[in-house]
Amino acid sequence: MKQEFNITVFTENHIGLLTRITIVFTRRKVNIESLTVSESAIPGVFKFTIVVHTTEEQTIKIVSQIEKQIDVLKAFYHTNDEMIYQEIALYKVPTEALYDNDAIEKIVRNAGARILEITREYVVIEKTGHKDETQALFEALNKFKVLQFIRSGRVALTRDPFERLSEFLRERDAFLDAMD
Amino acid sequence: MTTKKVTGSQAVILSLLEEGVDTIFGYPGGAIMPIYDALYDFDKHVSHILTRHEQGAVHAAEGYARVTGKAGVCFATSGPGATNLITGIADAMIDSTPLVCITGQVASPLLGTDAFQESDVVGISMPVTKWNYQITVPEEIPEVIAQAFYIAQSGRPGPVLIDITKDAQFGELEFKYEKCKKIRSYVPEFPVDPFKVKEAADLINTSKKPLLLFGQGVIIGNAENELKEFIEKTGIPAAWTLLGLSALPSDHELNVGMLGMHGNYGPNLLTNQADLIIAVGMRFDDRVTGKVSEYAKQAKIVHLEIDPAEINKIKFADVAVLGNAKKSLRMLIDNVKDNSHKAWVNEFKKCDKIENDKIIKKELFPKKPGLTMGEVIRIAGDKTNHEAILVSDVGQHQMVASRYFKFRRSKSNVTSGGLGTMGFGLPASLGAQIGAPDRTVIVVIGDGGFQMTIQELGTIAQNKLPVKIVVLNNNFLGMVRQWQQLFFDKRYSFTELQNPDFITIAKGFGIDGHRVEVREDLEKGVSKMINHHGPYLLEIVVEKEDNVFPMVPTGASVSDVILEP
Repeated sequence: MKQEFNITVFTENHIGLLTRITIVFTRRKVNIESLTVSESAIPGVFKFTIVVHTTEEQTIKIVSQIEKQIDVLKAFYHTNDEMIYQEIALYKVPTEALYDNDAIEKIVRNAGARILEITREYVVIEKTGHKDETQALFEALNKFKVLQFIRSGRVALTRDPFERLSEFLRERDAFLDAMD
Repeated sequence: MTTKKVTGSQAVILSLLEEGVDTIFGYPGGAIMPIYDALYDFDKHVSHILTRHEQGAVHAAEGYARVTGKAGVCFATSGPGATNLITGIADAMIDSTPLVCITGQVASPLLGTDAFQESDVVGISMPVTKWNYQITVPEEIPEVIAQAFYIAQSGRPGPVLIDITKDAQFGELEFKYEKCKKIRSYVPEFPVDPFKVKEAADLINTSKKPLLLFGQGVIIGNAENELKEFIEKTGIPAAWTLLGLSALPSDHELNVGMLGMHGNYGPNLLTNQADLIIAVGMRFDDRVTGKVSEYAKQAKIVHLEIDPAEINKIKFADVAVLGNAKKSLRMLIDNVKDNSHKAWVNEFKKCDKIENDKIIKKELFPKKPGLTMGEVIRIAGDKTNHEAILVSDVGQHQMVASRYFKFRRSKSNVTSGGLGTMGFGLPASLGAQIGAPDRTVIVVIGDGGFQMTIQELGTIAQNKLPVKIVVLNNNFLGMVRQWQQLFFDKRYSFTELQNPDFITIAKGFGIDGHRVEVREDLEKGVSKMINHHGPYLLEIVVEKEDNVFPMVPTGASVSDVILEP
């Protein structure tokens, strides 16, 4: 059964590694639904959050192929239920739409969104949430003609009390030191 | 540690010497000229083999790596030089062959400008390398080369490519060299888990019809003795994949033959009767399994494997023992009981008799006038006392050679397995000969594959490499023709070849040879080749439309192996 999986990859900061990782998906014709890359809490270690819609079996194979890449420290996968995750969306609407009535203001308030910038021509609204929430806000705002819209890739944390990576790195260092 | 100031190019050569490199296969060109210039001063320390094409260099490096177990090293220039390496790199990737390929690159300010002979070789080679890296500053050279050798040769080996810009080759650095001993993000092999060994041993000790399948992991891991000891202690019959060939002597009583599409009848048929499959250093390639959903589904699977990504990739493992084959087998030997499986082994013997009567006798001792590939291989094997290194190309002759050559020593079979690269044979044979100068190297090639890299006759002649070249000529792309006959209604679409006079060509290169067309001349011809001092080409005209059998047709189950059309 296909479903959404969150693949988290911790890597060294090396040029070309993004390609090495995406090749694993491309080769198996699995589409990446969303991708976020940023430095993790540990300096020099980067964290990829990749969302795919595929089977668990395929996800397991992808994760082991990613982990096989030399500069990859560790890769995990989780279902959506196992993670706390958010995406951020920005919406640009014409300022004049706000003049007529308070409809937009109500939409923004009810959606828990916020206004980032107001100019004579446009207003920029920000909302964080799951894709269905940011999408619902888009549809509500689009009645007033959204001028520009952008949604980020996903950021996600596990429900573990702390990041397992530090522990993992300590174990890995000890293990490699013990190697003959 | 003392340092000395050298150029980037000198640092490349010095680093290779630190890694114990004795041979480089390569082809110069604009962007790698500084490195070649530095090499000029080191001709007493390292030999360079100038091939006639970069593909020749990379296959030669593969041949060298396969017989020595050390990384093969090759040089090529940027652009077309580098792209010509790609086939060989892909071949090495899928067959776990350690290579360190060094390519020149345009100067770093020109990167991305479509400069002359610029190609994104790091990008192009990424899917087919274990690791690759572009060096743009000379200071990185020693450390990156040290990492390259470590990565290429450790764990599951594979090809590594280092692309060095011309300005990094010209620049200077303080040279000091330290071998790479670890990389934080890379675990070459996991320690063997004794609990998994125990679980595997329990399955083995209670199994009634166990079958062991071994692949190249046994050869790479130097686990030949452990394999032999394990099967002798447990009495378990053992069958080999194409790349596992030569890890166990052919005449060992528990060696039950080759697996897969053109493998032996017994191991294919009985895979689907075994109650336990013990897979050692092999990856359940589709040419071995046939239809996976029908493959050994009655059996429990124990998988001994160094690469975690291979576990459960094709076939679910009831017990997976991660780690190096030598260590895993050693621990397993200590945990299994002495046993024998006489009745079960006898099942294989019965199958052998059937295969022998229906196929092997006719192939090895034919009564018909036309020469068979099998009789040529039989004679070549016998005349070299089964001590030679066999290099083969890809196609019918490869299957026949693998089936009938017979081996006594490990690391003696060099062939392109996973990628099935036609044109591999001739250049790989010259690399194998350099890697094993004291051994007889026989390369068996079809008339199709021979013409793909025939230019390497020049390299063989120039370096006086005594390679014995056997071209089995049926004037066809034989394996494709066989499939056309069996599965495409004999529609021989573009498989017939009009061939040149191979002997004249060889003589043009300064290589002696002759052509055999009739059986009376065959033995004498093979002897003449083997006793010839220096390289020799023996062209043998074989039956035009012979087929290789047994065969597991594509998409069929291994137990549906067919013995005749």
